[in-house]
Amino acid sequence: MVIVPVLALVFHVDLRYAVGASLISVIATSSGAAVSFVREGFSNVRIGMFLEVATTVGAVGGAYLASRISTHSIGIIFGITLLYSAWSSFRTKQDLQSHPPNALAEKLKLMGDYPVGGVRQTYVAQNVPAGFGIMAIAGILSGLLGIGSGAVKVLAMDSAMKLPFKVSTTTSNFMIGVTAAASAGIYLRRGYVAPGLAAPVMLGVLAGSIVGARLLVRIRVPILRVIFAVVIVALGVEMIYSGATGRL
Amino acid sequence: MEITISRMLRVGVSLAAFVVLVGAILYLWQAHGMETDYRYFHGVPTPVDHFSPVLEGIRHLDSRSVIRLGILLLIATPIVRVAFCLYSFAMQKDKLYVLVSGTVLAVLLYSLLHR
Repeated sequence: MVIVPVLALVFHVDLRYAVGASLISVIATSSGAAVSFVREGFSNVRIGMFLEVATTVGAVGGAYLASRISTHSIGIIFGITLLYSAWSSFRTKQDLQSHPPNALAEKLKLMGDYPVGGVRQTYVAQNVPAGFGIMAIAGILSGLLGIGSGAVKVLAMDSAMKLPFKVSTTTSNFMIGVTAAASAGIYLRRGYVAPGLAAPVMLGVLAGSIVGARLLVRIRVPILRVIFAVVIVALGVEMIYSGATGRL
Repeated sequence: MEITISRMLRVGVSLAAFVVLVGAILYLWQAHGMETDYRYFHGVPTPVDHFSPVLEGIRHLDSRSVIRLGILLLIATPIVRVAFCLYSFAMQKDKLYVLVSGTVLAVLLYSLLHR
């Protein structure tokens, strides 16, 4: 999420190369992070797979869209997405206590349970069509901007489908790699993935994610969240400005 | 099922990262005095097939081809994961989810293979 603006704004890399390199690092970190999450047993493989139909089709569409519209507009869309995710990281979320039965979700087996203090808490997905639609938008943004679009995925699963927080975050992480792989093939063939640029970005991000996962246990999350939001807002404003003045 | 998935993901990412690292070292070795400008986009005019030139380049130890192979391995990791899910849904005789994961697999293969 930070990779594209940093490459484009600080190192003046062409937006298309930046998106290509970012997409590769998204696959690397998603598959790396999924390792620990999957083992905890919160993620729901069926819900993930069902929603991946929407995200992969969206991602292929987004990757085609990326070659049709100008880098200025991509920059502006990127900035807006950054501002949205900064805003959404401060929303407080509350898990639904009771999940009313939902006929469509039950037909599609979009339900499950997870452990809360030794007891199994069951859940059933709500508003399936809305969740599926938002996921398609998340896929388009991922294919267009080369990001994981985790914030939009969480919006679909938390706000629309009312899935428990732990289930939605782990399932979303699980999905990001598959979504990014759907557009990476198209980017690779178009020459958007420059080996000399993608290699250091991928290795650096992977090394950073391993160190970060260890540090996260010791760092205070509220402070981290503020730093993250400030950086994201600054980059978002700068992306919109650069896009609008035609410097991207 | 989930433990197999996580093990598979780790092996795939580690293998891809290793190949990319080897390629990056080779790249630094070979790229002496060769400056690439990423400020301007010079992508390929027409979509290219990316399998045969990669294999050809590796025979000559071309660093870019080694990095491309690593990237292809990385993209293959989630695809193999979806294929594995398809297989285990088939074992559970869950026809609906065989269809769902089959659709996802088809989209992924389309994006990687079509011209």
